Amino acid sequence: MIRRNLPFAAVAVIVLVVAPLLLEPFRLSLLAKYLCYAIVALGIGLAWGQAGMLTLGQGVFFGLGGYSMAMHLKLTEGGGLPDFMVWSGVEELPALWVPFGDPVLALATAVLGPMLIAAVLGTLVFRQRVRGAYFAILTQALAAAMVILLVGQQGLTGGTNGMTNFFDVFGQDLADDSTQRGLYLVVASVLGVLYLATRQLVNSRYGRLLVAIRDGEDRVRFLGYDPALVKTVTFALSAGMAGLAGALFVPVVGIISPALLGVVPSLELVVAVAVGGRHALAGAVLGAVVMGYAQTAFSEQFADGWLYLQGALFILVMTLAPKGIIGVAERWRRARTT
Amino acid sequence: MLELRDVQVVFDGFRALDGVNLTVPDGELRFLIGPNGAGKTTLIDVITGLTRPVAGSVRFAGHDLVGRKEHQIVRLGVGRTFQTSVVFEELTVIENLDLAAGFRRPLWTLARRRRGVSEAVAEALARTGLEDLAERSAGVLSHGQRQWLEIGMLLAQRPRLLLLDEPVAGMSKDERERTGELLTRIADDHTVVVVEHDMEFLRRHASTVTVLHEGRVLVEGSVDQVSADPRVQEVYLGRKASDAVGHRP
Amino acid sequence: MSAFANQLPIGLSIGAVLLLIALGLTFTFGQMGVINMAHGEFIMAGAYTAFLLGDLVPALPAAFLVAGTMGLILERAAIRHFYGRPLDTLLLTWGVSLVLQQLARDLFGAPNVQVPAPAWLSGGVGILPYNRLFIMGLAVAGVVAVWAYLTRTRLGRRTQAVVQNRRLAATSGIDTGRVDMLTFFVGSGLAGVAGVALTLIGPVGPALGTYYIVDAFLVVVAGGLGQLRGAVLAAAGLGLLNSYAEFWSDASLAKVIVLAAVIAFLQVRPQGMFVLRSRALT
Repeated sequence: MIRRNLPFAAVAVIVLVVAPLLLEPFRLSLLAKYLCYAIVALGIGLAWGQAGMLTLGQGVFFGLGGYSMAMHLKLTEGGGLPDFMVWSGVEELPALWVPFGDPVLALATAVLGPMLIAAVLGTLVFRQRVRGAYFAILTQALAAAMVILLVGQQGLTGGTNGMTNFFDVFGQDLADDSTQRGLYLVVASVLGVLYLATRQLVNSRYGRLLVAIRDGEDRVRFLGYDPALVKTVTFALSAGMAGLAGALFVPVVGIISPALLGVVPSLELVVAVAVGGRHALAGAVLGAVVMGYAQTAFSEQFADGWLYLQGALFILVMTLAPKGIIGVAERWRRARTT
Repeated sequence: MLELRDVQVVFDGFRALDGVNLTVPDGELRFLIGPNGAGKTTLIDVITGLTRPVAGSVRFAGHDLVGRKEHQIVRLGVGRTFQTSVVFEELTVIENLDLAAGFRRPLWTLARRRRGVSEAVAEALARTGLEDLAERSAGVLSHGQRQWLEIGMLLAQRPRLLLLDEPVAGMSKDERERTGELLTRIADDHTVVVVEHDMEFLRRHASTVTVLHEGRVLVEGSVDQVSADPRVQEVYLGRKASDAVGHRP
Repeated sequence: MSAFANQLPIGLSIGAVLLLIALGLTFTFGQMGVINMAHGEFIMAGAYTAFLLGDLVPALPAAFLVAGTMGLILERAAIRHFYGRPLDTLLLTWGVSLVLQQLARDLFGAPNVQVPAPAWLSGGVGILPYNRLFIMGLAVAGVVAVWAYLTRTRLGRRTQAVVQNRRLAATSGIDTGRVDMLTFFVGSGLAGVAGVALTLIGPVGPALGTYYIVDAFLVVVAGGLGQLRGAVLAAAGLGLLNSYAEFWSDASLAKVIVLAAVIAFLQVRPQGMFVLRSRALT
């Protein structure tokens, strides 16, 4: 028990204690951003790595969470209508926006909204035994449709630019370093708790059932389970995680826009999970942080190179190390011990 | 009791089952035989909800099975195996059995880790003789062991009716023998329907046999009655029934 | 009424483009289980071929060859190592797609370019502009060619055999590797032709393919795998639905409506319009 939790405890200490002491505020909030992505990746690791549902639309859920939070932040700043509405000539606060003034409702929408959408989509799709590539394509279409919808509803959503210029969150000044550090700690703790909970789930009977469904969905039916229900629940859980991540992302990074949640960002996160190692939850988290860091590092140096690098890296991982970084590490460790 | 009345199944214009009537009383061990394409597997598919008949009724223990989903039929106490055994290779033997025993648990209690071995799983392990392999992953099992694991999974479900699709296909002589004994013991307290070609196996272990031919029930009776029936002999290409089925590749 | 009628050629020509794109997808997907995310970039390659040549007529065969060769290389170099792992292929080809898009950006610049439409395509008959008619004609020609290939040539019949049962086809002496190569070549080539068609209705940019690829995949989902008639009906349906949904609601809702329609359709026909029936337990 202790032995198994040792790596987790070590990482937790580094992330929660060492990083805030060593990193300058700018770097710390970058790390917070990667950890937000890691929360989404954790959900992908659960849905794809464990249960075999390749979801290419997690950006949608991330975006719903992000927009819910952004709307709340815009409404609590005072000073009347949100800035972008004034620019696009909206004169009265749209009815859709009103509930988001309440922090509890906003947060609940950020998490439960994505879960509800995933549950409806999952029920419709899995019940009809639509799966594998078909499911992937449908979720990708969802991501594409969502972006066009957000861009088109300029007056409601801020269009292409999305929403930015947030000044405070729950009464704390966002420009303040201590707020940023606090946000970082919140994100890291949420990730830690979700990681432990998901790991528990994966190790439980439910986790075994997920693996069985991944490897032989039709056989599972003849064991008396309804795979559609199990998959829908799992998909909804992963969507909820993405939504929560989106809600945390907005105060940390200070912006939400369609470009952050379309087809490409959704795929990028799946890629990150693959690079880290989809079979292990730790791989998903690791992949998100590594890819996030790599993107920042390379885009700072040569902006265009990143796409080449990402593409090439990805092709390499899929060809040479389909189990990702974690897989390579495991192989290396096994080779050393034997 | 399992009761099929005038069951018809059509695949793209081809009549796979053409008005099958079949009654299997509680506690019976029934063998289903017939040449390739007679509709044996289709019959099991219809009972377990994998294939929907265009006409006819399937009743089990007072429930109408037609139109129910596969997992609902399992929950009524009807279990089956497949010709090509499907076990979950990444899970251990015991995890496979535990999964099969677990469908009655509510979904949320599944979120707990498995501790120990439940009664149903222990019993299935003992009956199939897989105790020594309990912690091994199912991927490393031999063909025969996989078949036994599948039968074990079926037992762990605690069904009232078991449908076995060619359980001894591809098995060695010893393995067949062991499977036969296992089946006889299972038949003591379950209703069992076995699809099988192997005549020798049939002679040793069958009591009642139903012969299917071209989607219809041809004859029904004891092994001796059936193999003496001229129609059965004719169906098996005019050769003696015992020869024809005995030499199936 | 006339506005309503005006949407008809728009919808049908979008459907025609989707069909040209989906023809390749439905066969690579149906035959090999490959989801090729780089298919969109073959469209883009075809469009840039037209841009380089500056003339529509020679651009058509040239784009077919360029895109087809790209597909062939992709299949030989990468995809064939991934058969049986459809989801991995999806991600792999997405990596390829990223690289190709960036390559286009470096070669042709990020801003969109315009291919001048030939003079003989300006004008039209009634509500039907010549350029839209031409696109529809291309799609019809594409379908007829694919149909003739599949049913009238030996190689085509072998392709169908592989679609229906790869293992059986292989054991009956069909060189499935060659069939795969050819399917990929033809499918990718058709995407190139679709790219040329797109230059008639809009500008060309490095991300051109990404606008159409998702819809083309939906055509495959709704039409059924490897099914010619399914692809034709689904492409026409989705093209028309796209343009009328934009017309009736607002443009931003159209894609949501289309997706909802596809999901609703799957409630009735979960495996698409046409399916090959099989008894196997997968």
